[in-house]
Amino acid sequence: MSTGKLTTMKEAVSKYVKDGDEIYLAGFTHMIPFAAGHEIMRQKRKNLTLCRATPDIIYDQMIAAGCCKKLMFSYAGNPGVGSLRCFRRALEKGVPNKIEIDEYSHFGLSGRLFAGATNMHFLPMRTNIGSDLPPQNPNLKTVKDPYTGDEVSVVPPLKPDVAVVHVQRCDSNGNSHIWGIIGEQKDAAFAARKVIISAEEIVEESVIRSDPNRTLIPDFVVHAVVHEPWACHPSYVQGYYDRDNEFYMQWDEITKEHDSTMKYLDEWVFGVENRQQYMKKIQQEKINKLLPKPCMSAPVSYGSV
Amino acid sequence: MSECTPSELMVAVAARELKDHDTVLVGVGIPNLAANLAKKLQAPNLVMVYESGAVGSNPTRMPLSIGDPCLVTGAKSVCSMYEQFAYYLQGGRIDVGFLGGAQIDKYGNINSTVIGSYKTPKVRLPGSGGACDIASNVKKIIVITPHEKRRFVEKVDFLTSPGFVDGKEKWKLLKLQGGGPYAVITNLCTMKFDDVTGEMMVASLHPGVTIEKVWENTPWKVNVAAKLEQTPPPTEREISALRALDPSKTYLG
Repeated sequence: MSTGKLTTMKEAVSKYVKDGDEIYLAGFTHMIPFAAGHEIMRQKRKNLTLCRATPDIIYDQMIAAGCCKKLMFSYAGNPGVGSLRCFRRALEKGVPNKIEIDEYSHFGLSGRLFAGATNMHFLPMRTNIGSDLPPQNPNLKTVKDPYTGDEVSVVPPLKPDVAVVHVQRCDSNGNSHIWGIIGEQKDAAFAARKVIISAEEIVEESVIRSDPNRTLIPDFVVHAVVHEPWACHPSYVQGYYDRDNEFYMQWDEITKEHDSTMKYLDEWVFGVENRQQYMKKIQQEKINKLLPKPCMSAPVSYGSV
Repeated sequence: MSECTPSELMVAVAARELKDHDTVLVGVGIPNLAANLAKKLQAPNLVMVYESGAVGSNPTRMPLSIGDPCLVTGAKSVCSMYEQFAYYLQGGRIDVGFLGGAQIDKYGNINSTVIGSYKTPKVRLPGSGGACDIASNVKKIIVITPHEKRRFVEKVDFLTSPGFVDGKEKWKLLKLQGGGPYAVITNLCTMKFDDVTGEMMVASLHPGVTIEKVWENTPWKVNVAAKLEQTPPPTEREISALRALDPSKTYLG
């Protein structure tokens, strides 16, 4: 197998993520690239504009670690649990630092990425009209529909400096198979200037070519490929490991205070060198509980001459 | 009437609003239970759609989040986030959307963004998520909420998701494609909206509840429908099917 763009997370982050960058760690609940987020924290990147529809625990951690200058988001909660406390501490009390926000609805933010990925001037959408959000966000404008004369809400394209996308499997050049909740992974990869892929498995190119409909991201938009099993814990990877819902509930308790949050980060992020070391700290019993039973799809034939 | 908790009552009443073959945009927790209950009872062909892109899910456990893997395994389809909002919601293919929030006002406007001012929040809430998009595009918005004075306000601190905004006349001028708020279901009553003014009004009182009790728990003297109905009490069948959906009482406690 050619080594292609294969590298380590440490090297990929060091090479492609710079202080002050606008970054998008993709994944709607599913396949959130925690390993990349932790490496960015370990390399002490500062003044980042962190973009995600759902900041989730990963950006809560990065805010607590002081990486964030501005948060672009559409739902800043811990689903089914409550608040993202580090986000609120930064916004309401300036701890550890004040952050700016750039807020949208889900349609608005996913539309911005779609517009970025497809290089549109802007994207019209049926939302935001009547809401109090547009007066607070100068990026939410309206235009007159040239055909009907109606007032239409529009959003500008988003083209992050870097996107990190985790995938189930890819080849060494970054041709990536994704299934399950596909969120905004493809849009983020096509919208960003630099793309880091992390993958549960690195496979031969022939495996990718055996099922081209499943390739959401082609190699020519990818800059670095990292083989990083379990990169998403406590998020999940469809067919590989389940969401650690217990941890999502514990996060609420861990983050009650800034000090208790930092204690967690000192142990689980700054106290380890890489993802393998992080996984070694998790009990085997816990890992076994997260392994799903197999559930295979029916095979399809692409035909051949 | 079967003995039940206030949450069980709300879910049972909300489930009755769903018809067979409806497409419903579901959130986690109480709305998810209401949709699953309707599917077990009068609406076996209900199509549950989640803003994470899962369409026609058949969850085998109660999902903690709308992005749970159990919403994917065995679903009809899974699409991207942008496609879900563009093809399904904006495409006008969703009949019912369930919404919740910290505050709701008499025109059914919902606040899930901030208590206090946006720039200097007293309490910062999660924000819209898909709520504003759902409110703008579904045929019927249904809200399930405990009937508490702090939740019902004459005017929301921040309008995250439009109900009838400042009243139905002005709302029509905004030309949203959705049908606006349809019902607010609480532990005391079901409220609907005046056809002309777009103002909330009590349509049906739950068993044992008086209109005075509703007024005591609402900060303004909410209007009453011309024909005030009594909500039929939850049946044994409704309650037992519901309890089987949440055996650990995560949401029904």
